[in-house]
Amino acid sequence: MVALVAEPLDELEVPAEEEGTGKHRRIRWWRGIVLFAVGAYFIIPFYAALRFSLEGSNGKFTLSAFTSIPSQPGFGAAFALSVRLAVITTVITMVLMVPTAVYVHLRVPRLRRLFDGITVLPIVIPPVVLIVGVLQVAPTVLKGTPDLLALVYVVLAMPFVYRSLDAGLRAIDLKTLVEASRSLGGRWSSTLLRVVLPNLRAALLSATILTVALVLGEFTMASLDQYQTFPVWIVNFEQDDAHVSTAVSLLALVGTWLLLLLITSFDRRQSRRWLRKESR
Amino acid sequence: MKVLGNRAKADWSAPLPAERAGASVRLSGLRRSFGPTKALNGLSLDIAPGELVALLGPSGCGKTTALRVLAGFETLDAGHVLVDGQDLAGTPAQKRDMGMVFQSYSLFPNMDAVDNVAFGLRMRGHAARARRDKAGELLDLVGLAVEAKKFPHQMSGGQQQRVALARALAIEPRVLLLDEPLSALDAKVRLQLRQQIRSLQQRLQTTTVFVTHDQEEALSIADRVCVMRDGRIEQVDAPADLYARPATPFVAEFVGTMNRIPGVTESGGVRVLGRLLAMRGEGTTNPGVPVDVLVRPEALSLSDAPGSDGRGIVTNKTFLGAVTRVQVLVEDGLGVQVDQPSEEVATLALGAPVGVFIAAPDVLTAERRAPAAFHEAPSN
Ligand SMILES: Nc1ncnc2c1ncn2[C@@H]1O[C@H](COP(=O)(O)OP(=O)(O)OP(=O)(O)O)[C@@H](O)[C@H]1O
Ligand SMILES: [Mg+2]
Repeated sequence: MVALVAEPLDELEVPAEEEGTGKHRRIRWWRGIVLFAVGAYFIIPFYAALRFSLEGSNGKFTLSAFTSIPSQPGFGAAFALSVRLAVITTVITMVLMVPTAVYVHLRVPRLRRLFDGITVLPIVIPPVVLIVGVLQVAPTVLKGTPDLLALVYVVLAMPFVYRSLDAGLRAIDLKTLVEASRSLGGRWSSTLLRVVLPNLRAALLSATILTVALVLGEFTMASLDQYQTFPVWIVNFEQDDAHVSTAVSLLALVGTWLLLLLITSFDRRQSRRWLRKESR
Repeated sequence: MKVLGNRAKADWSAPLPAERAGASVRLSGLRRSFGPTKALNGLSLDIAPGELVALLGPSGCGKTTALRVLAGFETLDAGHVLVDGQDLAGTPAQKRDMGMVFQSYSLFPNMDAVDNVAFGLRMRGHAARARRDKAGELLDLVGLAVEAKKFPHQMSGGQQQRVALARALAIEPRVLLLDEPLSALDAKVRLQLRQQIRSLQQRLQTTTVFVTHDQEEALSIADRVCVMRDGRIEQVDAPADLYARPATPFVAEFVGTMNRIPGVTESGGVRVLGRLLAMRGEGTTNPGVPVDVLVRPEALSLSDAPGSDGRGIVTNKTFLGAVTRVQVLVEDGLGVQVDQPSEEVATLALGAPVGVFIAAPDVLTAERRAPAAFHEAPSN
């Protein structure tokens, strides 16, 4: 989230600094205010939660809320379930959406707007309706198992994933690249694997991040279906021990941040490797 | 294609080392419509092995469509594509062995130059080492051995197109397809690169179709030029013949500079600028019809003792090297362009009275068109 907010500001910076006028200073001033407001918005609740989780029952500082997490009843199972759902959802979503998005761009670009519309539907349709819909089409083996949730999450992730892929596909000259590959003897599979996907790396990355974040944080669907996923466990456990529950939430937040950092730095390193090749 | 050894620098004029002959291509009765647009309207063309044919024509006449049909990217409503006598109807693009260079930059952004060139070999399952060697040789061939490790975004447009050419040639294509490969480049690079393409093509004897809407490019590079119009062929001929003896007014005006001079048909030919000249090509043979006579600037001559017909005054002179193009305003506001040896008109002053006459034995005529004086072919 923080990264998303900071990006447009970075873009402002470039022309502003070239000009070096009063406008520049005003933008900087505004930037300070915005950053401060956004920072406060994120940091105050974070700080409050941190303090709460570090308070023992007698009001003294203690780390026990954190150290006791792994031994809490149900934690391991809930966490494992969420990770499992994240993996399944990401795989299914990518396998479904990547070929679809590529196909639409390549063969029926006229339908791009239609697809834009269709893929937004999960956002506007109430969750209960979605669940009922998924139940209608889900294979019977999945009914009653928590893996059914993955199907719901695939639907929920669709708008974000399709949008990421769509933006990535618009940024490259897909038609020419695919035709170049095919004229050189590339079959469809190798064209997709060696030409299209590598050039969609950034889009695939952000689609994956969004999907994983969505699954790890989704509460409504899981609790409606009464599955003990990670977020559901956190909320339920609050009644047993609010301190521990808060500590887990904080760890989840920090964990997600670290994951994002890791992925973005990985991406950066790749671009830097390109640059290094250039200087050689 | 035999590979040309490891020379340190590309030598575009080296003699031909390969005796490999290219494939023959036959296009017959190609038709393809997009809705109401007939992109190809019965196009037929035979291309000999090792020949370079330029497809020339105005924007939207179907050049790219023809090329894409040949490459297998576009389906046909009717007609056949034969390469070495074999019908390609059921053959998908990836099995056609056609090297293609696109108008837009088409290198794979995620690969460096070597990997780009080696891509086709990789798709054919060649070993990594063989791929790299061959790619290196081809980059050498297009004079880019030094840039082998560069990624597309680190190369100039001209370099990218040369890598694209090397990439297309690496698979030893049966036919090389070039769709305006130079149009995104600046004039100087364009000139250089087209000569390089030509000498490379002659050396490798690869049958080549070169699409362009630049008539000068087509005339200078091709064995034969195929002028297209509205999805079909107007004329196919060697550049010199096309220029000297255009079959139709469309070709005449599309290729090179052409004067339109009003004349009237008579029983023995057409009377223009006071002389009776033979007519050739299609057109009316009824006497008494007003027509435009199409004459190249070099088929016109000047005399400094004007007779009663073709009198005019010099309005402009453009020095073009050996010849100078003189613009003459003939009576009735008709302007014509006349090419004369530069030394002969060196002393000719603007405003001087001159006589214009046609020095050709026969002429091409077109329907009379309202006052437009002379026409220059698009030269972009
Ligand atoms: N995929 C398509 N869908 C609809 N119409 C098309 C398509 N491809 C080509 N056309 C139409 O077919 C005609 C021929 O197009 P083509 O691209 O072959 O022209 P061209 O000779 O290559 O022109 P240019 O010099 O501008 O590249 C044009 O009128 C074009 O609008
Ligand atoms: Mg075209």
